[in-house]
Amino acid sequence: MGLLEIRGLQKKFATSTAVEHFELDVERGEFVSFLGPSGCGKTTTLRMIAGFEIPSAGTIRIDGADITRRPPNQRNVGMVFQSYALFPNMTVADNVGFGLKVARKPSAELGTRVREMLELIKLPMMGARYPYQLSGGQQQRVALARALAIQPKVLLLDEPLSALDAKIRVSLRNEIRAIQRKLGITTIYVTHDQEEALSLSDRIVVMRDGRIEQIGTPFEIYNFPRTGFVASFVGTLSILRGQVIDPERGAIAIDGQEIRASRGLADARVGEMRAVALRPEIVSLHTSAHNGNRMQGTVEDVNFLGSIVRIRVRFGENAVSLDTFNNPSATLPEPGQAVTVSFPGEGVLVLEGSATA
Amino acid sequence: MTRRAIWSWLVVLAGVLYFFVPLLGTFEFSLRYRRGVYSFEAYRIVLGDPRFHETFLYSTLLALATIAVGILLIVPTAYWIQLRLPRLRPAVEFITLLPLVIPAIVLVFGYLRIYNSSSLLPMTASDRSTDVLLMFSYVTLAMPYMYRAVDAGLRAIDVRTLTEAAQSLGASWGTILFRVILPNVQVAVLSGAFLTFAIVIGEFTMASLLDRPAFGPYLQLIGANRAYEPSALAIITLAITWSCMALIQILGRRSAGQTVGAH
Repeated sequence: MGLLEIRGLQKKFATSTAVEHFELDVERGEFVSFLGPSGCGKTTTLRMIAGFEIPSAGTIRIDGADITRRPPNQRNVGMVFQSYALFPNMTVADNVGFGLKVARKPSAELGTRVREMLELIKLPMMGARYPYQLSGGQQQRVALARALAIQPKVLLLDEPLSALDAKIRVSLRNEIRAIQRKLGITTIYVTHDQEEALSLSDRIVVMRDGRIEQIGTPFEIYNFPRTGFVASFVGTLSILRGQVIDPERGAIAIDGQEIRASRGLADARVGEMRAVALRPEIVSLHTSAHNGNRMQGTVEDVNFLGSIVRIRVRFGENAVSLDTFNNPSATLPEPGQAVTVSFPGEGVLVLEGSATA
Repeated sequence: MTRRAIWSWLVVLAGVLYFFVPLLGTFEFSLRYRRGVYSFEAYRIVLGDPRFHETFLYSTLLALATIAVGILLIVPTAYWIQLRLPRLRPAVEFITLLPLVIPAIVLVFGYLRIYNSSSLLPMTASDRSTDVLLMFSYVTLAMPYMYRAVDAGLRAIDVRTLTEAAQSLGASWGTILFRVILPNVQVAVLSGAFLTFAIVIGEFTMASLLDRPAFGPYLQLIGANRAYEPSALAIITLAITWSCMALIQILGRRSAGQTVGAH
């Protein structure tokens, strides 16, 4: 039993279903990300946990207590918003202390807690400033401190870094993770940025069209995606469709060339059309003993991306992208050139069903 | 200077003359109380008149009560419309515009018919209850201005997110409204309040027909019976109204500065 338990959660709006069959247990101190494209239901789910949306069905429990219909101000759940949502009429210290003041904490305790929080977010001297006098990154740190000051049971972050520029996003991301680890607070983080989810989370919940596609550690989600959607949403990859030759051996024919998936195709039938996926970093232009699979193809495109060069090789109906490190002294293949690519059987991701992305 | 620029300046000049010549004329006339010399005698007489003090005080108190009731009525309404019932906005906007379309005299006759001394709610039976009725009628009269000012202020802030942020920190609806929302629409509320003040101070029809000793009927009385004092009163009233407008501008600029800083 987790600290946060969600069972059969559903949210219907007038003409659509935003979330359905949502089941999740989050352990105490765990950092879980909801990852998915716009409209997948991740924010709606977070808002139901916060109490801003009432579920159409299902239950939400925190520490064993059913909070499904409890008002947001009685849930002891901290929330950080994309737009910071600092109170413009209050100083940084007043913002951080707002929740404690509402809870009628003694002023000495309030002052100490506010100082602790400002030190935690490394803005100890900014207490007297107003939100408009801070940068976006500083404002979001204050919003984090404000949410943490009330010592919530669960911390909810709704795309907190989306409004910030790339560099600050990375540094604040690391800061959020460090603070979360230090305090050991159970955290739910909503993002559409796979890199954020992969780098921050203990577990990722990948969502699509209001449903959970897959739950797993970042390693599992990236390396063993169960569906074409997860595989294509998390990282770059090529999906190849072919006819199953031998399910036991994991053999499948892609444009007439046989390859093998080490994890097998146990649930497939001979002759069935199935899809497999390949990450660009496991495909090589060179052949080696480790790479059991080899395919002949033609270079379709060569893209220079700075530190890496992405080459697209076509076999017929299917094509694969592969990455090589940029080496100024190496010669890159030309479009139209015939090449052989190789990749290990362990790197062939077998997708569920007929695998549509 | 190009021909176009000359025309532009001529239009501006015509506008300035249109607005300021009557004002200058009124001001100049108000100084002619003593034959042959300019003086502020008319102002001295007006400002020394106990009826001026009484009526001005009465209207000021009524304006303050109107502002307080208007804020208590309109801020939560506009807030709730913005937060939970945005679909009702057109209907509410239409209702708030009605006092501009329906003449004050029609409204006051309606009140007299509904609240006369032989009705179920005899608001006109005593002076105090008539004062209350007059105050509520002023709330109605000022509603288009107060609602628009508050609504504009609420649209300038992210009401929903601020509300949710406060809720997640444990705040009740009262705390959210009075400690988060109201301070952040303070300038808008003040704008509405000053407009209300300017309307109430000069209002004649309702106060006169409800027979209350307000500043508007006093202006009319002086205007009908004296020569120079009405001009002095007109200038004093304009000065009060303009002071209100200047305060709105000053507060508006301060607020704009804060908003710019926030982005």
